[in-house]
Amino acid sequence: MLKISNVETFYGKIQALKGVDLDVNDGEIVSLIGSNGAGKSTLLMTISGVNKAKRGNIVFNGENIENKQPHKIVDMGICQVPEGRRIFSRLTVEENLRLGAHANEKGKYFENDIKEVYDLFPVLSNRKTQRGGTLSGGEQQMLAIGRALMSKPKVLLLDEPSLGIAPKLVNQIFLSIKNINKEKNVTIFLVEQNAKKALELADRAYVLVNGKVTIKGSGQELLKNKDIQAAYLEGGAKN
Amino acid sequence: MEKRDIIQSFKDSLFTGLIALALFGPIVGLRTASKGEGLFITPQWGIVFLLVGLCIFGRFLINLNSARKTELTFFSKFTSKFSAITEDKAKHFAITAILFAVVFPFLPFTDRYFMDVAIMILTYIMLGWGLNIVVGLAGLLDLGYVAFYAVGAYSYALIATTFGWSFWICLPLAGVFAAFFGILLGFPVLRLRGDYLAIVTLGFGEIIRIILINWYEVTNGPDGITGIPRPSFFGIPFKRSPDEGETSFHIFFGLEYSTMHRIIFLYYLILVLALITNYFTLKIRKLPVGRAWEALREDEIACKSLGVNPTNTKLTAFAIGAMFGGFAGSFFATRQAFISPESFTFIESAIIVAIVVLGGMGSQTGVVLASIFLIGITEMFRDLEQYRMIAFGGAMVLIMVFKPKGILANRKPTILMHGDKK
Repeated sequence: MLKISNVETFYGKIQALKGVDLDVNDGEIVSLIGSNGAGKSTLLMTISGVNKAKRGNIVFNGENIENKQPHKIVDMGICQVPEGRRIFSRLTVEENLRLGAHANEKGKYFENDIKEVYDLFPVLSNRKTQRGGTLSGGEQQMLAIGRALMSKPKVLLLDEPSLGIAPKLVNQIFLSIKNINKEKNVTIFLVEQNAKKALELADRAYVLVNGKVTIKGSGQELLKNKDIQAAYLEGGAKN
Repeated sequence: MEKRDIIQSFKDSLFTGLIALALFGPIVGLRTASKGEGLFITPQWGIVFLLVGLCIFGRFLINLNSARKTELTFFSKFTSKFSAITEDKAKHFAITAILFAVVFPFLPFTDRYFMDVAIMILTYIMLGWGLNIVVGLAGLLDLGYVAFYAVGAYSYALIATTFGWSFWICLPLAGVFAAFFGILLGFPVLRLRGDYLAIVTLGFGEIIRIILINWYEVTNGPDGITGIPRPSFFGIPFKRSPDEGETSFHIFFGLEYSTMHRIIFLYYLILVLALITNYFTLKIRKLPVGRAWEALREDEIACKSLGVNPTNTKLTAFAIGAMFGGFAGSFFATRQAFISPESFTFIESAIIVAIVVLGGMGSQTGVVLASIFLIGITEMFRDLEQYRMIAFGGAMVLIMVFKPKGILANRKPTILMHGDKK
């Protein structure tokens, strides 16, 4: 469904991605783990078209998207929940969700879509008219995911949904991600530092080190991999 | 309040007085006057001591106030009354204000001078509302807004004097021209934000003014354009003695001739134009493009990742903001009947930005209050001549001290849920 081959991205002269190869198949949950600065967020931004790939191809449903503008890519069905949530803090919860529907803006199914988001995250429906900035971190993450779902994506790109969120809420958010995948049939590409959680959830997973994929396999395989245990799970594990 | 506090605040006030003395001493105290040959310095220490005394007293009052926060002193009473004007009450305020504006020309105390000031305030309200789209909603700090005002005024003046078309044809054309210039400015600044954008727009404002001065063949340079046709009452002119085969406003309605008719008509014209601007802004905020403007102000990357096209969104904001500036410009041209580049200097942009910022970015009612406050106060102190700008500055300082986020800082949601409707 989404095939990334040999993608290289630069920030000025600094090369962040050094030839990444990766596939995401229809209906899967694919996780990408890696340490700080490995290039995880850069990869997501490159898929979304916010950063442009200098070399390599990104093919989505048989169409090359590496040179498309971000809003065109969203129209095709790839939506990202950016790192740090990036809620529109002075806009209300409902206005935030409405902006998520900007891609199919006529809003014909809006009422229905918004109801689905509220069903998924009931806490948001109590806060409809509250400003986005006044929500807690976890609620903001739910809002960011809900906002992305409003564009009815085929693939949802999630950038560190556990960042800065209470552990209890992290569990709840990962559960929701699973639900979105199973019930709404949305393919998930998850980028995480919380390797244990990300690998437990994933059908397949990749490890990114210094802009290159070093290990790939099923989530369970990677959980048992000695190198990964040493590098990402035992020492630096955040449960 | 403890004795120590009083002594402390007294010391602080004396220090303030010292600074005031250093500032006012040379600026106000030493006045140069030309007598016969050369300049002589005339000291005016009386005014200086008065000003310094005021500063000490004012500082002391503020100190007392901040030391006794719980008690309602003069200042906190004043501020609490002020903050009572929230957006909730703004609706009632708006209706009252519009009613007042409609009957204003017929109130007994309204004379020619009041009408002129009111027209000026309304022009600034309209400009403020226009700029509010760009600065308040889309969050693009535009310091060259006067450029669009100038483009509107000159387009109107040139079209009207060249082709002799009526106000009602020239007005939309001037708006279209200004919108075109808005897009023209928009393209090069698409990638810029914040300070950098402000500097480029500032430059754009100056470029337009300099072109107006130097493009002599078209704009008549610094001499400006004279003889711009006055607006007519839907084809009926305001003349004392109409030409052959023409009627005049006072004859048509069987009134005694008065110059006030035209002034009152101009007043209603700008009132309607301003209200259209306001209505348009309130409506567009609820449409996807308006919401996208506000989202862009909050977070550009989030916008991109959600499929908002930032290019189009910014360009529409610039174009629509510029269009209303152009409308205001054509009104200005037809009211003055004479325009020159003198009227479109940076200080105009600065005043309009000040109105938007002091009003509370994005608040429509705030713009009205700030315009009345700023333009009204500078008018009220017209007798002070060159010290008038001190009153202007003082008004700005007062607003920023008591309402640091602007007079009306609350953003009103565009969607109220069923059941929450008020």
